[in-house]
Amino acid sequence: MIEQVLAALVGIFFTAAIYLILSKAIIRMLLGIAILGNGVNLLIFTLGRVSREVPPIVSDGELIPAEGFANPLPQALILTAIVIGFAMFTFLLVLGYRAYQELNADNTDTMRVAEPKDAPRPPLSY
Amino acid sequence: MATSAHTIDPGDLPRAMLEVATSLNDYVIVLPIVICLMGGAFLLLVRGWRGLQLGLTLTFLVAIAALEVQLFVRVLYDGPVAMTMGNWLPPFGITFAVDVLGAGFALAATIATIVVVVYYSTDTMLREVRYGFYSLIMLLLAGVTGAFLTGDLFNLYVWFEVMLIASFGLMIIGGRKIQLDGAVKYGFLNFLATTFFLIGLGYLYGLIGTLNMADIARVAGQTDSAAMIAVAGLFLLAFGMKAAAFPVNAWLPASYHTPDSAISALFGGLLTKVGAYALLRTMILLMPAARDVLDPVITVVAVFTLLLGPMGAMAQTNLRRAIGFLVIGGIGSVMAGIAISGPYGVPGGGLYALHSMLTMTAFYLVAGLVEQISGTDDIRKMGGIYRASSVLSILFLVLVFAAAGLPPFLGFWPKLLLLQGALSTDDWLLAAAILVNSLFTSIAGARIWAHVFWRNGREGEPATASNPDLKPVSEAISRPAILASVVLVALILYMGLRPNILFESARIAASDLLDPARYTQAVNLEVPER
Repeated sequence: MIEQVLAALVGIFFTAAIYLILSKAIIRMLLGIAILGNGVNLLIFTLGRVSREVPPIVSDGELIPAEGFANPLPQALILTAIVIGFAMFTFLLVLGYRAYQELNADNTDTMRVAEPKDAPRPPLSY
Repeated sequence: MATSAHTIDPGDLPRAMLEVATSLNDYVIVLPIVICLMGGAFLLLVRGWRGLQLGLTLTFLVAIAALEVQLFVRVLYDGPVAMTMGNWLPPFGITFAVDVLGAGFALAATIATIVVVVYYSTDTMLREVRYGFYSLIMLLLAGVTGAFLTGDLFNLYVWFEVMLIASFGLMIIGGRKIQLDGAVKYGFLNFLATTFFLIGLGYLYGLIGTLNMADIARVAGQTDSAAMIAVAGLFLLAFGMKAAAFPVNAWLPASYHTPDSAISALFGGLLTKVGAYALLRTMILLMPAARDVLDPVITVVAVFTLLLGPMGAMAQTNLRRAIGFLVIGGIGSVMAGIAISGPYGVPGGGLYALHSMLTMTAFYLVAGLVEQISGTDDIRKMGGIYRASSVLSILFLVLVFAAAGLPPFLGFWPKLLLLQGALSTDDWLLAAAILVNSLFTSIAGARIWAHVFWRNGREGEPATASNPDLKPVSEAISRPAILASVVLVALILYMGLRPNILFESARIAASDLLDPARYTQAVNLEVPER
């Protein structure tokens, strides 16, 4: 049951994240990236089964753990993904702030130093 | 708690631990990455001593190159090799598995990095060295090499992120406005791409419960194909974005021209090719069945990328942005190789990616020298450089021909393979696109060459007027830079004239991708039946 609820939550996270990332404002894009990262982590967490009933331990005399245990490997995977995602997000946050200070732009439409809006026509002499 | 329903004979279970220590010989698989990471850390410790930085970096890089040559020769003759961490047997431990494709790409990446470091040796400002310029280069190479050598899909994701964070640092080192602008677009879109990759990874693990590449190649065929196609689609999107294939290529021309030209060269040579490599690995080796279904999509992507690249280059006035579009055109050829697949497409695509690593690095390096002499990044204002430096004009023209795939340069041979593959499968659309790409690339490149080198002066002025803005760069600064570019171009020419070893390597690499038997065996798993 909890898996279905979490799956629906992942869907909501993805929807919100895509909506925010499609925005032109850097702040909204940052929030979208953060929500997307959490959505993905929740997705992987849910894929490994969510259960308290069966411990992921091989008991005496057995060779494999009992049926229906919560797989600990996805949890290890998302630990890695959380750390990496957090580092990337902090970098993008600082980068966005620095770009706002330097370029006076927090909107991708007005951030046109690298790609000038009225770009000159290509050379035509040959 | 324990149910007695489990009656499994211990002999039926695969063994999980390795009982003998890994032979010292096999450590060559991880040593390149170990040297990269430790070297990067050490360089950071001694970042105050500028004189030490360059020598140490070059020493590390040459050591890595030597190890990778040994590794390459070994996998060429003995087949793929693998090493699993912590004595766990695959698929439990994290595996590094090296085949000809991975070893060849890793070696090419190291060579490109050495050339870039030599090129930049007299040009680095003290400030940038203090900010850890050389450490970041080592970290970038660690990410790239790790991606080429790993045999575990989640580990590949980690190497992607190592590469990404190092490239963030290199992208903004110096902190000019234009760099911040480029880095915002580069950062957001590339981070998004790796997140898509992570989504695909999550689903894949949920579906088949393994992330070891050899194990995936073994069991992917037996799994629910519709779900596998969704996973392959996610990988196609994620790696396509990393490789800057149409329609997710916008970040590349927005950012690659913003940092210093040596860093552009490193990015243009290495980063997109990691995406191309990951596509080859996942589409051909891991999920061939899903690739067959996605084939029309890949074909359309390849055709548009092939056409968009050189057409974008024609429309640019900024020299390095134009070259950025040529990088995209090259990715189109790799995509064409994946779309064609089979015994011609796979070696063609792989060889093209290798060629593109060297050619695009050299292209950005020469462009950097041109920008230094002319003091501008605008093609229209560069005229007259032939008179200032005839060496540069020859290098640039050779690179235009190499990128367009004209004989006798390196780019010709993969294009030939691709064309042969497209014609043998009656894929006239792709064949035409590959030829048109070559034509357009020569037109775009020759137009740039004519404006920058051939023309006497600036655009819009009488043809007799010379360009007053050109200022010769001092010998001491330009000598290592020109030397580095000449060496790389000579390598491209030499490999174009003697392609036999390349053909043989590409054939072996492709046969290992198309038939995973040797790769799986090297990782110590049972060979799948296909």
